[in-house]
Amino acid sequence: MNVDFSPEELAFQEEARQFLEEKYPKRIQNKVRNGIHLEKEDWVEWQKILAEKGWAAVNWPVEYGGTGWTPTQKYIWANECAKASALEVMAFGIKMVAPVIYSFGNEEQKQRFLPDILNSNVWWCQGYSEPNAGSDLASLKTTAVRDGDDYILNGTKTWTTLGHFADWIFCLVRTGAPGEKNQTSISFILCDMKTPGITVSPIITLDGHREVNEVHFDNVRVPAENLIGEEGKGWTYAKVLLTHERTGIARVANSKVRLEGLKKKAAETSNGGPSLMEDSSFKQKVAQLEIDLLALEYTELRTLSAVSTGKAPGPESSILKIKGSEIAQRIDELNVEVAGYYCVPFVKEQFMEGFDGEPVGPGTAANSGPVYFNNRKASIYGGSNEVQRNIIAKAVLGL
Amino acid sequence: MDFSYSEEQQMLRDSVAKFVNNDYDWDTRVAIVASDEGYSKDNWKLFAELGWLMVPFTEEDGGLGGTAVDIVGLMEELGKGIVVEPIVPTVILGGGLIAEAGSAEQKEELLAQLMGGELQLAFAYNEPQARYNLADITTKAEKSGDNYVINGAKAAVLNAPNADKIIVAVRTSGDQRDQDGISLLLVDKDTAGLSINGYATQDGARGGEVKFDNVTVPAANLLGEEGKALPVVEKIIERATLAVCAEAMGAMEMSYKKTVEYTKTRKQFGVTISVFQALQHRMAEMFIEHEQAKSVVLMAAMKSDLAGGVDKKAISAAKSRVGAAARLVGQESIQIHGGIGVTEELDVGHYFKRLTTIQFTYGSTDWHTQRFAEL
Repeated sequence: MNVDFSPEELAFQEEARQFLEEKYPKRIQNKVRNGIHLEKEDWVEWQKILAEKGWAAVNWPVEYGGTGWTPTQKYIWANECAKASALEVMAFGIKMVAPVIYSFGNEEQKQRFLPDILNSNVWWCQGYSEPNAGSDLASLKTTAVRDGDDYILNGTKTWTTLGHFADWIFCLVRTGAPGEKNQTSISFILCDMKTPGITVSPIITLDGHREVNEVHFDNVRVPAENLIGEEGKGWTYAKVLLTHERTGIARVANSKVRLEGLKKKAAETSNGGPSLMEDSSFKQKVAQLEIDLLALEYTELRTLSAVSTGKAPGPESSILKIKGSEIAQRIDELNVEVAGYYCVPFVKEQFMEGFDGEPVGPGTAANSGPVYFNNRKASIYGGSNEVQRNIIAKAVLGL
Repeated sequence: MDFSYSEEQQMLRDSVAKFVNNDYDWDTRVAIVASDEGYSKDNWKLFAELGWLMVPFTEEDGGLGGTAVDIVGLMEELGKGIVVEPIVPTVILGGGLIAEAGSAEQKEELLAQLMGGELQLAFAYNEPQARYNLADITTKAEKSGDNYVINGAKAAVLNAPNADKIIVAVRTSGDQRDQDGISLLLVDKDTAGLSINGYATQDGARGGEVKFDNVTVPAANLLGEEGKALPVVEKIIERATLAVCAEAMGAMEMSYKKTVEYTKTRKQFGVTISVFQALQHRMAEMFIEHEQAKSVVLMAAMKSDLAGGVDKKAISAAKSRVGAAARLVGQESIQIHGGIGVTEELDVGHYFKRLTTIQFTYGSTDWHTQRFAEL
């Protein structure tokens, strides 16, 4: 048991640093560092650069274009990306639908979809939640009824993140009457967003942005060849995906960099006397946060290390979701505290690309509120933290 | 970066786990705690035979050259049985000081006895007013010919009633809280003027208030350099801190598991109380706290090994995180058990007591959080 890097790992770290320095567009880096609202093009541009290098799909098997990296290399990469304020690859294609396709899809589906996901030619969105199926996702009601060579979809999906950018959507749909268990009649299907009968309507979140959507399906015809695996197995596929997808969900590297930023700002802020970083109660909060983040970091490393020895990440990975979101939200909250009065102004335009007006407040202070408000989502999405505790109670503790 | 245990580390853990499972059941522990010495001499002999007392010492000193990760493994497994035998006072503290500061002769004589299971030690450093300031020492030793004469009082000295020798941190020069001027002296238990007001501790061990009234020891009993002991003391206390963090890891694991098992058998309102979500989420939280604490302790051990001894900042992170987790897990284990949890009869209450004393020794949770922020 040791925490040091081998010479090969140090060399990899240097390579990663150099690559980010040379290839990560400064334009996007500046946007991230200044809290400027990101557009679709930013993600696409960066992922294409990553794909060219062969580093877009960190966790995929090598045969489909993955990196084949060790857990330590993935850890190094995540940390270097965070330090460079590099955008994280948009999850819906690379981290969410692709693993289902390469694990459960047929050969034709793999060849048809995976290269475009890898190269960011197609933007994906997720059709899971419904207006009446939130935490109880398995009660979903969107139907897919077989009609000749097609399925006909009817229903509404919601909280569809960046669905207005999407070319394709992957959906959990009901392909039969709910049996004794709701889960057994759920299927996993892929659908072109241009198909007639689909409408996308915006939902504006607390930060004033269109981040999520409702997606309505009105007699939408989807070719049966778009079904992944077998009918009725969709829930199983989605669950496998979820446990695999939890690597990275803790967003440790990101929180580490944000915490450093918080400390720097707090050291420059005072109520007239010593800085906030010299204020014993603020300092104590920051120290506790930093220690909790270390605990999370090493929990993630232990999980990754177990995965590399062949164990599937188990339900204990729910810890990563719970603690990762809690810690990120505590950083958001302390950023608001540092901003003080400047958490009050709602100046959305100031944080849009091309703003040339008079800025309100120092740096990103006036953006601390929107970030804090919006990120209350972190303990709700991906299975709320209460659902995660249910998972631990049931699957780990046997309750 | 590697999070797997080596074969030797796994063997040590397995060997301690086997002892705790097979030879240290609850009734056995109760009998040992109630005995005159408060520990089992047979167990101590067994520990020596199994090589556990050799773990932290270098191969040069006749030990096994164990790393911090090895010690964490040993202590975590002992913590699962809240084993009361005085590993920390004798091996980690006493033995650690001798190995760190002792002369070749002192090491050869005393460490051999210690590893052979024939020597019990206690480290008298703390004073009633000092709390967690290791430099706050008023107990004085004055040179008188070839001797030192010691006067003063030491507080809450673990294993004092059973110790063959007490290592006392004294002031040979300087003022009460000066960094310089602190020395270590070896004092035999039957030296005239030494008195021990011995007591049982909350967590089933033994301790005592130790008074020195013109206690005279030969100058040869000096351990290390006169006046320069503070860095040695600090280093050894860091190691003890990490050791009790690891012990708490084991104790917390048992606390939450025993609680989970209990809720599966206890029936109220016609059902086992394990079905209540109000309790399930709290037990999930106990599990999470234990895992988080464990991660930081392993981190602190690995970083200490990387630093070739101790990594103070990492150890403070561990003690702070373990303290918070130990409090939550301990308190919740009692609450979820209900009335039976506050009885002397049941084991969970005793795990709670050990988890509590760990929080307030070698620096409290808040104290370490603050130190973490300063470092």
